[in-house]
Amino acid sequence: MTARSFDLAVVGGGLVGAAVAWGAARTGARVVVLDEGDIAFRASRGNFALVWVQSKGMGMPEYAAWTVASSEAWAGFADELGRESGIDVAHRRPGGFHLALSDAELQARADNLKRLHNQPAMQRYPYEILDRERVRGMLPEIGPEVVGGSFCPLDGHTNSLKLLRALHTALARAGTPYLARHAVETILPRGGGGFRLLSSGGTIEAARVALCAGNGNARLAPMLGLSVPVRPQRGQIVVTERVQPFLHHPVVTVRQTDEGSVMLGDSLEETGFDTATGLGVTGTIANRAVRLFPRLARVNVVRTWAALRVMTPDGFPIYEESTSHPGAFVATCHSGVTLAANHARLVGPTIAAGRLPAETFAPFSARRFDVPQAA
Amino acid sequence: MFRRLPDAPPATATILVDGRAVRAVPGESVAAALLANGIVACRTTPVSGAARGPYCLMGVCFECLATIDGEPNRQTCLVLVRDGLRIETQSGARGLGP
Amino acid sequence: MSPERRYDALVVGAGPAGLAAATTLARAGRSVAVFDEQPTPGGQVHRAVAAVPESRRALLGPDYARGREAVEAFLASGAHHIGQASVWSAAPGRVGVTVGGVAHLVEGDAVVLATGAYERPFPIPGWTLPGVLSGGGAQTLLKASGLVPEGRTVIAGSGPLVWLLAWQYLRCGLTVDAILDSTPAGNRWRAAPHLAGFLASPYPVKGLELLRAVRRSVRVVRGVSALEAVGEDRVSALRYRVGAGAWVEMGVDTLLLHQGVVPAIELAASAGIRQRWDRDQLCWHPEVDAMGRTPLAGLYLAGDGTGIAGAEAAALSGELAAHAILGTSEGGRVSGLLAQRARWLRGRRFLDLLYQPAPAFRVPAGETLACRCEEVTARALGEAAALGVPGPNQLKAFLRCGMGPCQGRLCGLTVTEALAHHSGRTPAQVGRYRARVPVKPLPLAALAAMPATDDERRAVER
Repeated sequence: MTARSFDLAVVGGGLVGAAVAWGAARTGARVVVLDEGDIAFRASRGNFALVWVQSKGMGMPEYAAWTVASSEAWAGFADELGRESGIDVAHRRPGGFHLALSDAELQARADNLKRLHNQPAMQRYPYEILDRERVRGMLPEIGPEVVGGSFCPLDGHTNSLKLLRALHTALARAGTPYLARHAVETILPRGGGGFRLLSSGGTIEAARVALCAGNGNARLAPMLGLSVPVRPQRGQIVVTERVQPFLHHPVVTVRQTDEGSVMLGDSLEETGFDTATGLGVTGTIANRAVRLFPRLARVNVVRTWAALRVMTPDGFPIYEESTSHPGAFVATCHSGVTLAANHARLVGPTIAAGRLPAETFAPFSARRFDVPQAA
Repeated sequence: MFRRLPDAPPATATILVDGRAVRAVPGESVAAALLANGIVACRTTPVSGAARGPYCLMGVCFECLATIDGEPNRQTCLVLVRDGLRIETQSGARGLGP
Repeated sequence: MSPERRYDALVVGAGPAGLAAATTLARAGRSVAVFDEQPTPGGQVHRAVAAVPESRRALLGPDYARGREAVEAFLASGAHHIGQASVWSAAPGRVGVTVGGVAHLVEGDAVVLATGAYERPFPIPGWTLPGVLSGGGAQTLLKASGLVPEGRTVIAGSGPLVWLLAWQYLRCGLTVDAILDSTPAGNRWRAAPHLAGFLASPYPVKGLELLRAVRRSVRVVRGVSALEAVGEDRVSALRYRVGAGAWVEMGVDTLLLHQGVVPAIELAASAGIRQRWDRDQLCWHPEVDAMGRTPLAGLYLAGDGTGIAGAEAAALSGELAAHAILGTSEGGRVSGLLAQRARWLRGRRFLDLLYQPAPAFRVPAGETLACRCEEVTARALGEAAALGVPGPNQLKAFLRCGMGPCQGRLCGLTVTEALAHHSGRTPAQVGRYRARVPVKPLPLAALAAMPATDDERRAVER
């Protein structure tokens, strides 16, 4: 059997893999994307679609800067992607809110943001703590329990399902094969360089490999001398029928899509590889949404779902090249929407070129998790 | 474009459809009452604005949606006629509730 | 009527299967609640049967009128009937149901899902136009409200209901302008080997006389290979062709479409019951044994929701599920029920193959809407399929098909079969939309009233 051969094999066809692959393919590299089947743990089908800045970076200022950079690049990325795919991914950046239902919540929010921005080396970005009246000027439908909130003008959102389709369409137009039902089982480094990927759908050879397999990276990385300690963290989401536009800024747990449906989030649950939804959690989400926006009470829920975030021990991304197997890379994060612009414009092309420049990527190495041998 | 068989009970209820009073049989579905009064379309879609009306009459297709007593997107095939019921046909996506 | 907090058994659906299960359980002394979307028991097949005038029952024929006995036995059994109830979740020990806009979680040691069937999608150009109704929908109007179409009326499609509806209309004194029979001619040869089983079943008594009566009085166009509804804001005409012949246009006021019924599996699927593709019935069947037991202890399935077999077989399966719950020893009554049901199932194979709809009416093309709610065209399905999407769930994410309020009931089979067609796989390989709670929309406030543990609250409020 002769294996098909490529410059770069991207393992994973979700938002991270598709963005990295598109970015790489645009440099002229011959790229292939390998993916699982229809039933898989797909964070890309379950996310909340925020392009979000506020509150990111506590404990790693470089991550805040990385996030701001992607947020700044997003509009240009969306334009480019729109041109190459013919799909408008409905990116908007009107600024976003985190709303508080009590004075204690609002104070905690203000304290958190202050602590975040007081970190050494923090790249500060604008935000404001707004009282109820100022919030109501921008979000007229808030309920009486809303006491105020934080607002960050850099925050925005997109339609993440259109984003995924646009990336796949752009890949197809660029001639990049997308091989679904090719779940990668084993990756074998080859003697003369390059890699052999054994998948449920056949064998692929590539000079380089990029692991963008979400929680699957934990299993695949050791085959390439990498350590990617990611774990699944469940999030549940509720979505309503289409409603006439009423919410013109995304709120971190409530946003109205370009199609009119209202997405309500979310939960953080350590439940392993389990994507079941539960009435206790979705009910709490619904309850909080009705308190934030009481006129949602009689709007109908049409779906709920759960998806698994890809979490590292500190919650920040890992971008790294293997030292023992040069040409093997990993890119993993739980913000595949927010960081899509960076992934397409920076990560994809640098992986295609064969190296991740240390000045940008050194802070994101998984070596930060190595336990010191001695105190 | 539907008519009642002679054995149907008398249409003793009055319901308002977009403000117009029409006769209906108490206890029949609102969708049936609309069709019996020549109203085959009850809304336009949120996607393209196309006209839609009752299709399956058994709660499955969600085509027969209308605003009933102020509440949008009710399935008219599952709501029963009472005297005085107010029905509004809809255009496009619903608004928020009261 | 609002439900109590718990019962010995919960039954979803008040059709033949649900009523038989509930009646058997209640007679054995169990407390039973039956939840149903309709105000009166009977299900779709015996819709409103105990509520309509005697004259209506006589018009609709003996198969309809027979439902009255089952309804009366049920009403006398002591089981609670909770009508106008929308069940949106089911699991062993519990169902979630909205009654009068208020959501309840009701507990029960046994849960029987007797969700019945709905009509197979019939995606042709113009099938969303007002004035185009499903055949089953038109029959419901006749049964429950005594409403019949006025003006030029055409019934199109295939399956026993086409003929039954025409026969009932004739008995009401109605003129049916035409029946456009889209049953592929080749079906007869594929069904022929199963004729013996059919003749040995009780079906032929029901069907043949009726068929003859309709053919005597209605113009029947056989071999219809393509069909379109035409109109601006409502249907005004239709176009059809026979085989590869020329298009024929006719004016029409009401067009009734029907090509068989398929199990309503959403509730069972959302509870985690696996589904397998049935190649004869061209739809999904949940994993269930002859007694209605599922792999989930305490969760039972009965009736057409487990595979289409008709009202009589459904009632038998409902009673069997009740016996499974009651722990009735096998043999005696149970083996008698199993044998009766087997006779109906043997006859079914012939009908399944005889009335199997043509591929052209299951896999649409061009600008025909596959998903009515989100207005997703057949062309869009094909383009997305060309991106290499692995299955219906990815297709749904890309196109929003199945994301509307009907939750994929009117496009799920179309999307599965279209993707199978485009990717050269079988429907079983392609798979189906994942079903999630709530399987019927419910108001946000109703969901908001659900109880939560401290851990569940903390997972959200953080």
